[in-house]
Amino acid sequence: MKTFALQLFSGLSIGAVYALIALGFTVIFRASRIINFAQGELLALGALLTSSLISAHGLPFWLAFLIGAALTAAAGFAFQTLVLRFAVGKPDFTIVMLTLGLATVLAAALDAGFGAYPRSNGDPWGSSVVHVFGLALLWVQVWTIVTAVVLLVAFRLFNKHTKYGLAMRSTAADTEAAVAVGIPLRRVHGSAWVLAGLVACVGGVFLGGFPNTVSPSISDVTFFAFPAIILGGIDSTTGAVVGGFIIGVVQQLTAGYQPTYAAFLGQDFYIAAPYIVMIIVLLVRPYGLFGSRPAERL
Amino acid sequence: MSSFPRSALAGLGRHPARLSTVLVVIIGILLPFWVDAYWLSTLVFVLVAALGALGLDVLTGRTGQISLGHAFFLMVGAYTGGYLGVNLHESALFWIPAAGIVAGLLGAVAATTAMRLRGLYLGIVTIGLVYIGQWVATNWTTVSGGSGGRTLAVPGNGTFSFANGLHLGSLSITENGLYYYTAFVLLALGMMYVHNLGHSRVGRNMAAVRDRELAAAVLGVNVARTKTTAFIVSSIMAGVAGAMYGSFLSFVTPGQFDLLLSIQYVIIVVVGGLGALWGPLLGAFFVVGLPALLQNEAASLPFLEGGTRTTGIPVTDATDLLYGVLLIVFLLVEPRGIVGLAHRIGSLVRRRRATPKELGVVPSLTQEG
Repeated sequence: MKTFALQLFSGLSIGAVYALIALGFTVIFRASRIINFAQGELLALGALLTSSLISAHGLPFWLAFLIGAALTAAAGFAFQTLVLRFAVGKPDFTIVMLTLGLATVLAAALDAGFGAYPRSNGDPWGSSVVHVFGLALLWVQVWTIVTAVVLLVAFRLFNKHTKYGLAMRSTAADTEAAVAVGIPLRRVHGSAWVLAGLVACVGGVFLGGFPNTVSPSISDVTFFAFPAIILGGIDSTTGAVVGGFIIGVVQQLTAGYQPTYAAFLGQDFYIAAPYIVMIIVLLVRPYGLFGSRPAERL
Repeated sequence: MSSFPRSALAGLGRHPARLSTVLVVIIGILLPFWVDAYWLSTLVFVLVAALGALGLDVLTGRTGQISLGHAFFLMVGAYTGGYLGVNLHESALFWIPAAGIVAGLLGAVAATTAMRLRGLYLGIVTIGLVYIGQWVATNWTTVSGGSGGRTLAVPGNGTFSFANGLHLGSLSITENGLYYYTAFVLLALGMMYVHNLGHSRVGRNMAAVRDRELAAAVLGVNVARTKTTAFIVSSIMAGVAGAMYGSFLSFVTPGQFDLLLSIQYVIIVVVGGLGALWGPLLGAFFVVGLPALLQNEAASLPFLEGGTRTTGIPVTDATDLLYGVLLIVFLLVEPRGIVGLAHRIGSLVRRRRATPKELGVVPSLTQEG
């Protein structure tokens, strides 16, 4: 029982990171109807920046975290301003491929700039634990869940109650109508990328917490988060969060129990498991659990 | 092949496109005699990648279905070829086509799921193919050799084997030369097939599904069947390319067939020119040939790690940077890829000596793809 509770808790903590990644995807999808394939590289960028600000410049963790997040957000904004702005109105395929290009460029630049070796994320918690009901919970996992929940709630409030949130929601609902009533599309897209950069950095730093490390290859985590966004429905922020937590828990429990209880499934099943869950869900609900089915017109 | 003239040479003079095709084929046949061993093996990789990309182009460029699962079908081809060739001692005349057929069958299975999905959703589900495929390959050790990998056979039939080369009188072709010509013939057959497909009913159905799926369905195009066909054709070519790729490397591991390989193929078709017959080959020259060029010249290029320099940008990173940037530049400036660029340059040259009648042609109708 104790092991199960611990596995579940780790699952929730990974799920929180997935939820943040999924939120990053959803924000951009709602603003411009595309999937940002560079979300993983933004996440690695944020984590590497924060980590090296701490190790090379001796900044305190929270300050480094803030600067790292600001720089990652700036990178997202720069890509929107320098590249994507010129692709407005082009087919979705083109824009998605542009983000794939950014992913390729960023991955190579991070590799060359920071080096491929794993390093500490520089957080102050390390491997310290807190005892709750006799369970030894990692502080970093507690903070991951807390931060993710705070950010998700903050995003919800931002989305519901601010002018920018309203602009984003109306762009998501109908881009042309939004432009017609004078919503500045460029600024909406820009702020979507800023938000995506922010949550990417937060996700990256927490993902690199004990027992994990930070290296350019942590960008791969987005491929585990893809099932989360698809599962939840890509245009739904609630869906992103629910999907993230489901996939995190499924993955962690499979990694923990499948080798003993379902050994015939072989090694590395936990990598394939989220995708299998996703495909089953999609066969039943092609637009995910919370996604909206687009109406089609000729 | 009904679209080819009865006498192959009859219409050449009047059709510059056909003349240049003949030139390319002649250069292609003579090329192995000019280049050294390093470039010959690079050319084999280029041709094999072009064959795989040709398949992806049928699916993405001609039918409009985004797939990031191409690495899966390449992997299926490689393992099928390896298992039949090494474990069952079959001839290459059997295992190369069989690799295509097995991949094609799995393509048909994947298509049944893909049918329910559209656009980006499809792209992400095909990522699942890569991960699920890698998981199967890691665990099905009889066929794959597990995560440690497996060897593949050198193509051969009876006593003839690529390993001994081919000697016809004074003309001798090395092992890599034989790989080159095999890949060359397979690619040529593939391109002829795709060319004819483009002019057939099925090809036009594909274009209709790509351009406007709902309208195509309303007009009576069987969307499900068209997509399934595209998936099958695409994965057959990937399977054959995968078997050739694995055999040329002689050893493959599940880790090689990762998402990055799929992405590389997507970059090949986009940079080459989506839906254009020559796109996959030109794209493969860029994406596969360029790293080989940089690798070879690293010592003499600034900023790169290589030769006596131990600091600098590693060559693999430099090439990734380069084709990431190329992908972005092409998408923004020339979405029709290298083929589109070639058309542009061609029309610039032609305009200089064009007759008034030719200038009246609407360019978009004369351009392929």
